[in-house]
Amino acid sequence: MIGFFKSFLNKFVLDLFKRKKHIKLGLYGPPNGGKTTLANRVCQDWLGEDMGSVSNVAHETREIQIKEQINIKSNGKELSFNLVDTPGIATRIDYEEFLKFGMKEKQAKARAKEATKGVIDSVKWLDNMDAVVVVLDSTKDPYSQVNITIIGNLAARNIPVLIAANKVDLKKSKIKKIEEAFPQYDVVGVSAKYGNNVDNFYGALFKIAGK
Amino acid sequence: MVTLQFIPYNDIEALSSAKRIQKLLNVVKDNKIVLLQGRLKKEEEKDLIEITMEEIDEKFKGIELSVIYPNKNYKTFAEKFKKGVYEFLLGDRTGMTIIGPATVVKEIKKDPNKIELFTKEGKTKRRKKR
Repeated sequence: MIGFFKSFLNKFVLDLFKRKKHIKLGLYGPPNGGKTTLANRVCQDWLGEDMGSVSNVAHETREIQIKEQINIKSNGKELSFNLVDTPGIATRIDYEEFLKFGMKEKQAKARAKEATKGVIDSVKWLDNMDAVVVVLDSTKDPYSQVNITIIGNLAARNIPVLIAANKVDLKKSKIKKIEEAFPQYDVVGVSAKYGNNVDNFYGALFKIAGK
Repeated sequence: MVTLQFIPYNDIEALSSAKRIQKLLNVVKDNKIVLLQGRLKKEEEKDLIEITMEEIDEKFKGIELSVIYPNKNYKTFAEKFKKGVYEFLLGDRTGMTIIGPATVVKEIKKDPNKIELFTKEGKTKRRKKR
């Protein structure tokens, strides 16, 4: 009985979602996975402008950023969405880590404080998303609990998920490991920095948007 | 020295989600590594991250978290139903959750068959095989 109501609700919500003109597409993932680089790639390709600044220092994005009305075209189909770039989700933030990048103590503490707030905002915004691209660094271990918790919570909310295995231009990249870790999701290998395989990424966006 | 504290599921069973998280965090903030029988709900794991972030300060730098969970495939309806009823009545006691303070635990690495916990003091390596 519960299953019947659940599937009825899912269908109803999914239908509503399909009827939405602009869906909210979130970019989620751990810090330094390349969310903002991917957001910049999408914005450059379809709007001709960047979305945010990128850095090797973790937690460069500390506030939710939104780019509205992005229209992408692939195989004769069109998709409109508002792109939401979120701060990386982490379970630890140590200001001393930022000192290693030459920051002053005051600056490092302020960055850590903003980063903790950013993580809280990212988590809170999960409920607002219509579809999510989880951006993972394909050179890193995909079995981190942060990844599992993000994807588990999206699944519990019936939010469609696409996994972007980023940084495929690097030698250490292992997309297969990500595919093995999350076999129930589509995984698209991309290099947000150099634009490798972005056409397939755009194609996969249509699928999670239900088009 | 690293202190491990085992928390049986019975200890958190009757608590609300907020109290469960607070209980676990209190142990972690006492510089102990929590070994919790079973796992938190997905929503509680998310809340644990959120509350951890709220409590971060110069002393408390956050947590390292990992869940070991048997990867069983419940294919038939009967298996899924049985598991659902069991979890509804008794909670999810399968597997184990490890939560350590970031100041003590450097990293928890996991692959499907083993878990490795790297501590900051002396970089001791502990292994736990499923």
